[in-house]
Amino acid sequence: MPVKVMIPTPLRPYAGKRDSAEFKAATVGEALTHLTTQFSDLRKHLFTEDGKLRSFVNVYVNDEDIRYLASENTPTKDGDTISIIPSIAGGCN
Amino acid sequence: MADETTLWISDHLAEKVRAHGAETYPHECCGALLGRDGEAIDAAAYEKPAGSWPKPAREVLGLFPLINRRDDSPRNRFSVTAEDVRDAEKAASAQGLEVVGWYHSHPDHPARPSQYDRDHAWPWYSYVIVSVQHGAPQEMTSWRLNDDRLEFSHEGIEIRHRAAV
Repeated sequence: MPVKVMIPTPLRPYAGKRDSAEFKAATVGEALTHLTTQFSDLRKHLFTEDGKLRSFVNVYVNDEDIRYLASENTPTKDGDTISIIPSIAGGCN
Repeated sequence: MADETTLWISDHLAEKVRAHGAETYPHECCGALLGRDGEAIDAAAYEKPAGSWPKPAREVLGLFPLINRRDDSPRNRFSVTAEDVRDAEKAASAQGLEVVGWYHSHPDHPARPSQYDRDHAWPWYSYVIVSVQHGAPQEMTSWRLNDDRLEFSHEGIEIRHRAAV
């Protein structure tokens, strides 16, 4: 059983309108690589030009924020669910 | 985004967004826009417009006001955490709606997205900005991030009296 990546609503237009995708992956980073390989238009919305996760992109493995685990090196096992949750920011100047 | 999109919102909800901006002035307010996307507008619910009814559009049917988490710089920044986003999504889902966008105020600045807004924006969402000048809400605009992330496209806002919301 692979890991399941939940795709948030604003990114579904770049993922064939799918709300999730499943991949064989040993780490969160591997799953996200598979995701952005299959749906290349997603890449610029998730990663900066130098390949780092954007600051307002939050990734959870089974409700645990990967920032408090091992970031993209966080290991995954079959049946895990990876969620991409937006945070929202802005300001007037 | 090639075609200009339109966001429908009732006069009552638009007034609530403005009031939130006035209430938090000189700090930025923020909140979620709950609604439906790409469905036919329920024409009967609105005061009849002069022209013909538009194609399926995006409609705001509720608000989820949030607390600006930027304690360090609340006059020119707002921040909504991932937990807030999850709460807003749950609130939307409970009403059979989804989060279609976000609103925030620009105290003593025009209702135009900043570079900072663009750098932190997500595609698809509508970003409503209300300018609040000297404590009084002024112009309200809506924007959507282009696919290339390089610019926002202006989104029209239809503010009309709506019976139920």
